[in-house]
Amino acid sequence: MTWRQRLDRALPHLVIWPPIVVSCAYALVFSAWTVWVSFTPSTLLPDYRWLGFRNYTAMLATRNWQIAYANLFIYGTCFVLLTMAMGLLLAVLIDQRVRAENIFRAIFLYPMAVSFVVTGTVWGWLLNPSIGIQKLVRDFGWTDFHFDSVIDRDKAIYCVVIAGVWQASGFAMALFLAGLRSVEPDLLKAAQIDGAGAWRLYRRVVFPSMAPIFIAVLVMLLQFAIKTYDLVVALTAGGPGLATTMPTIVVYDFMFQRGELGRGSAAAVMLLASLAVVLVPYALYRRWRDRRETVHA
Amino acid sequence: MPRRLARPAIHAVLLLLAVAYLVPLAAVALNSVRSTEDILQTSMIGLPRALVWTNFSQTWSSYCLAEHCSGIRPYFLNSLEMTIPATIISTLLGALNGYSLALWRFRGDVWVFGIITLGVFLPEQMKLVPWVIVLRELGLFNTIAGLVLIHIVQGLSFTTLFCRNYYTAIPTDLLKAARIDGAGFFRIFWRIVLPLSPPILIVTVIWQFTGIWNEYLYGVTFAAGEQQPITAALIALSAHVSEAPHYGEQSAAVLLAAAPTLLVYLFGGRYFLRGLTTGAVK
Repeated sequence: MTWRQRLDRALPHLVIWPPIVVSCAYALVFSAWTVWVSFTPSTLLPDYRWLGFRNYTAMLATRNWQIAYANLFIYGTCFVLLTMAMGLLLAVLIDQRVRAENIFRAIFLYPMAVSFVVTGTVWGWLLNPSIGIQKLVRDFGWTDFHFDSVIDRDKAIYCVVIAGVWQASGFAMALFLAGLRSVEPDLLKAAQIDGAGAWRLYRRVVFPSMAPIFIAVLVMLLQFAIKTYDLVVALTAGGPGLATTMPTIVVYDFMFQRGELGRGSAAAVMLLASLAVVLVPYALYRRWRDRRETVHA
Repeated sequence: MPRRLARPAIHAVLLLLAVAYLVPLAAVALNSVRSTEDILQTSMIGLPRALVWTNFSQTWSSYCLAEHCSGIRPYFLNSLEMTIPATIISTLLGALNGYSLALWRFRGDVWVFGIITLGVFLPEQMKLVPWVIVLRELGLFNTIAGLVLIHIVQGLSFTTLFCRNYYTAIPTDLLKAARIDGAGFFRIFWRIVLPLSPPILIVTVIWQFTGIWNEYLYGVTFAAGEQQPITAALIALSAHVSEAPHYGEQSAAVLLAAAPTLLVYLFGGRYFLRGLTTGAVK
């Protein structure tokens, strides 16, 4: 074999493997590294002595972490339910063979093309009582109109929900619409012949056949919610006080503002664990469904 | 198709909702040509009394952010310098990855693919500490090159996922025939796979461009001062001006920062949607 032939054989391997190895190592080694740091007393610089679970117990005991999770719970629940409701409403309306369907779709989906930073900044202005919606309504003559939740500790988190729903509902709409359009026509015809009205048809026939899509949207939105970071930073910076702080913000705070890499990493690992609680059952469900489909086919 | 609900009512509701969804964009667009006094006197939502085009020139080249009075121009250019190479390189490498995973099967390829897709779901927070150390070692901390590297590696999981799933649909007979004709790895890629790829490459490029342009956490963690991308600069802008707001200029800045991805969406909406659905559901 000449060196030329050898090179021809070797070259594909030289091209294939580096990016594959890099992307695998990225997922595995970087995660393992952060997990490792979470078990060490690292502060400003990594310090690889073993500390056991002390960072975890310490993080769980901090007020910031507890409040952040309480906030995430409220935000996640409201954000997911409202986004799905809004997405479903939009999808059903658009599915009625409306005029200019493409334009409506484009309008409801454009927020997804904009960064969380832009969304947060703009909604921060709109919700700001002295220059936003409250001011607008008061200028119209309703002088004791109140919409100042963003500076209210108990309600600020719902302002983040508004911005989040505005941004993500188009995404839910797009997926639901695809689901509505893939319902088998025979199924619908049969139900229509039985004389089912529009609402009954949706509830009894269309929505049940879309169950996998509901689950997919639910999982994706939960994932968005857990990862929420820039939106809150831009909208409220976690305030007032700690009213809208999120686990992601606490991670950053400990890692880079307090210089507690060990504790910050422990927080990041717990964040990953929360994601796993959502994603692992979903992955198992997908595998189960794929298997069942191949058995049936 | 379920029978229609009342038609005019549907259109009315949709129209109302569409207007509501457009309010934030319209408000920013209008405010970008209003003076700050005008905005403060009325509200963020209103028509301009007079068109103040200077907001744009101010915010672009002379607005002060912290101690730098260079406008958002350097940050905007940083974002371009970061986004364009990272998008192109991660897409090309992803296409190669997808090609070898989908069509040159090897033992354990399913596992490798599984691990790579794991990267799609891992939160950025899990990678911050390793990146700090790696970038320091490479001497790329606080450089655009460092951010480009991060986005290439981070993007590989997405681009590989997109391309691999697309390439699995290419019939293997086509490849077998080509191999019998003596075509090797690169020739098959170049002659058969790449010509079939434009749809998925457009989806991938749009997805990567939008994602990288809009990213904030890496930008703020691994770059400081004048090296930061536009998203980080926007946050600094609104945090800084709270004592003396300049809503007119700030709105112009927000509009400029959102413009590239909005334009991509406007012209490539169909592909954007496809990326969104494959990226999300798979």
